[in-house]
Amino acid sequence: MTTANAPVQEARPVLDVGALPRTVFGHQGLVWWGTAGYMVIEGSIFVIVLVVYFYLRLQVSDWPPSLPNPSLGFGTANLLVALASVVPAYIAKRKAEQFDLRGVRVWMGILTLLGFVTVALRVGEYFSLNCRWDDNAYGSIVWVLLSAHTVHVATDVGDSAVLLALAFLGPNTKKRFVDYSENSLYWYFIVCWWVVIYLTIYFAPRWL
Amino acid sequence: MNASTAVERRITITTADEERLRRQLADTWYVPRGIIGWFSVADHKTIGRRYIVTAFGFFIFAGVLAALMRVQLAVPNNHFVGPDLYNQLFTVHGTMMMFLFAVPVMEALGVYLVPLMVGTRNIAFPRLNAFSYYVYLFGGLMLVVTTFLNTAPDVGWFSYVPLAGPDYAPGKRADFWAQLITFTEVSALAVSVELVTTIFKARAPGMSLNRMPLFVWGMLVTAFMVIFAMPSVVTSSSFLLLDRLVGTHFYNPAEGGDALLWQHLFWFFGHPEVYIIFVPALGIVSSIIAAFTSRPIFGYPAMVMSMVATGFIGFGLWVHHMFATGLPALGLEYFTAASIVIAIPTGIQIFCWIASLWRGRPRFHTPLMFVVGFFAIFVLGGLSGVTLASVPFDLQVHDSYYVVAHFHYVLLGGAIFPLIGGIYFWFPKLVGRMMDDRLGKWNFWTLFIGFNVTFFPMHILGFEGMPRRVYTYPDNMGWNTLNLVSSMGALLLVIGGAMFVYNVVRSYKWGILASENPWGAETLEWSVSSPPPVYNFLHVPVVEGRCALWDRSAAPPVVTGIRSDVREVLLTDVMDAEPTNVTEYPDPSIWPFLCAVVTSAFFVGSIFTPWALPVAILPLAVTLIGWFWPKERDRERLAEERGEVGEEHPPAPRLRAVGEARA
Repeated sequence: MTTANAPVQEARPVLDVGALPRTVFGHQGLVWWGTAGYMVIEGSIFVIVLVVYFYLRLQVSDWPPSLPNPSLGFGTANLLVALASVVPAYIAKRKAEQFDLRGVRVWMGILTLLGFVTVALRVGEYFSLNCRWDDNAYGSIVWVLLSAHTVHVATDVGDSAVLLALAFLGPNTKKRFVDYSENSLYWYFIVCWWVVIYLTIYFAPRWL
Repeated sequence: MNASTAVERRITITTADEERLRRQLADTWYVPRGIIGWFSVADHKTIGRRYIVTAFGFFIFAGVLAALMRVQLAVPNNHFVGPDLYNQLFTVHGTMMMFLFAVPVMEALGVYLVPLMVGTRNIAFPRLNAFSYYVYLFGGLMLVVTTFLNTAPDVGWFSYVPLAGPDYAPGKRADFWAQLITFTEVSALAVSVELVTTIFKARAPGMSLNRMPLFVWGMLVTAFMVIFAMPSVVTSSSFLLLDRLVGTHFYNPAEGGDALLWQHLFWFFGHPEVYIIFVPALGIVSSIIAAFTSRPIFGYPAMVMSMVATGFIGFGLWVHHMFATGLPALGLEYFTAASIVIAIPTGIQIFCWIASLWRGRPRFHTPLMFVVGFFAIFVLGGLSGVTLASVPFDLQVHDSYYVVAHFHYVLLGGAIFPLIGGIYFWFPKLVGRMMDDRLGKWNFWTLFIGFNVTFFPMHILGFEGMPRRVYTYPDNMGWNTLNLVSSMGALLLVIGGAMFVYNVVRSYKWGILASENPWGAETLEWSVSSPPPVYNFLHVPVVEGRCALWDRSAAPPVVTGIRSDVREVLLTDVMDAEPTNVTEYPDPSIWPFLCAVVTSAFFVGSIFTPWALPVAILPLAVTLIGWFWPKERDRERLAEERGEVGEEHPPAPRLRAVGEARA
């Protein structure tokens, strides 16, 4: 066996990174990469589920097949709430990037509150689909499409609630502010997909 | 910043400094002990080794099932196993080999090697890594248990509907299959995110993308393929479960569903899956050839482009598994063309390797023998693959033993031979001892001959019309001799497998102690002791060329300024690997294990009742919150930062050479 530290003893320091930032927001940080990675994965799942929706559409002549169209009330209300929630999400993100704890508490509080409203409205949406998952393939895909999104909404609302609790309980390290910031990024992702899924669930039956 | 042009001034790191650093890093990056400690480990080497051992455990299990099938098929009208058990045997064999061995073992090698190869101290998201391992382990154990309880899936590894649907597969067998997929996808997707992040963000300074080792490129392409392919099987297997459990109609044509939808979704995943297994093997082959010819691989850019191209084209082939389903001919032509096109990047790589061997002076140790075996077997498998891309030919041999021969040539030749060569190659790095080379060569020849004797006759059996997935055959079909020969070959394969296990166990205990770079290879994992210290690198290296160790100057340049009293890791930018910031990895924790236990219980429970979901939500939330809840280190961190919070964030300072800074 050679001596384990032979090459290291000749190590020549050429690069000192002691002064580099320890907390960064955005794509230089790992939290962003983890969030983005899961956004890509879950986005791919949404794409596949949407592909299945339109694939199943091609199997039958009427859409929805022998069922009424979904009612628009709850879904549209939820879309408006979701779009409105982008504002507190944006401000919470900015406040987090300025390490403004009070701002984070307020705006993430509002975001979480709106999140709970969307979850409540979502319950109403299931009743306004006007079908059951076991009626036919249309019912199945509509329920799955809505549920796939609901899982994301519920998870992120729960996540926001926990982060909000942490914002009050501390310790509010700089690293934690990155979590507060990227939480908004994930919320944008959920809202964007809601627009696509809303149009599919409520308007594909009317237009196609 | 440019490392090579930075002011160079010799700063002597004294031996005492080194020793202090070594001790402190060992303390900081400690691997916890005790039972709770065992389940809390988040070190990529420990988890990687467990992954590899577990995957080989499943490999042996699935291999035994294959041996049982060959015993059954050795003679006509055999009743060693009945049709029902035989269905379970081939289903579990295929499922386990694909989902629990081939993909995980490649990712496991990535988990172990990638952080070492790119010069960092741990994999990104180390706790997620631990979580992924336990989910994988529990999923695999579930399948093993069902096999012993006579409730193993019995509808083939691709579980076609309507056979796997609620009407034709009563009981829970098909549900275990579908839920096994959930287990493996959760773990594979997590590992992929970790690998992509590690590769893109944690490479040592100087390791720009065009200097990245080919193995790392292979793992990167694979991780992306997993990320885009797995969602398709996530969706399809969830639909299957829902059809079976709560009466949805995705695959039920009577209610507007479609049975072919299953095949589209499954193969949109299933074909890339083949490349998910094969592309890491390409990286292994390149690593071995470079080491044993002592020269860089010929045509690096062509190799990288070929792997990336394979990754893309791999998504455009899925319908060639569905030629017999009556799809429109025009569509089939496209998939024929794509299936032939994908031979091009593979061909380019084979020629690059031949050029590397030709120009170098190859030393034929065991790992290189396995690579040469890979050439022979894989090229044959590739050729039969090109024949299968032709629709009329495919229709003739569809569902016959010709197909079985083809994909075993591709998968064993393309992945298992490089993998076993890779284990011989990296064994010293994994455990610190060399495997026995003489026994290794015997091992190679036994497996090589055994493989060809087992699988070559299957081509002919296929031409003679023997169908796949039949538990026995009549005496007068003319298939007797070839089947007997094939079963004899399988015996050789079993002996070869046993030799491998014996060599591993013996070398683990008594093998020659390995130096840090026993093969004289060029990548960074060979610059540290065998096995590496828990913190991987005493100093984070600065990479000076494509072959990190061969291009390194006599006094290797290193990075300073990374704290050794906390788990700090240097992050660099995606393209050029210039340092951007420093982050902190979490300490070991028991929560990922607990979370994996709850997740697994939920997955198994949901096979039996949809109420598993509401029941699991609370414990799942508890374990996740426990996982993310502030730890002691967060309070310390706050104390360190106190007074800084609320200030304007400082701009990133210009990097300086240490000599300059201290001058």
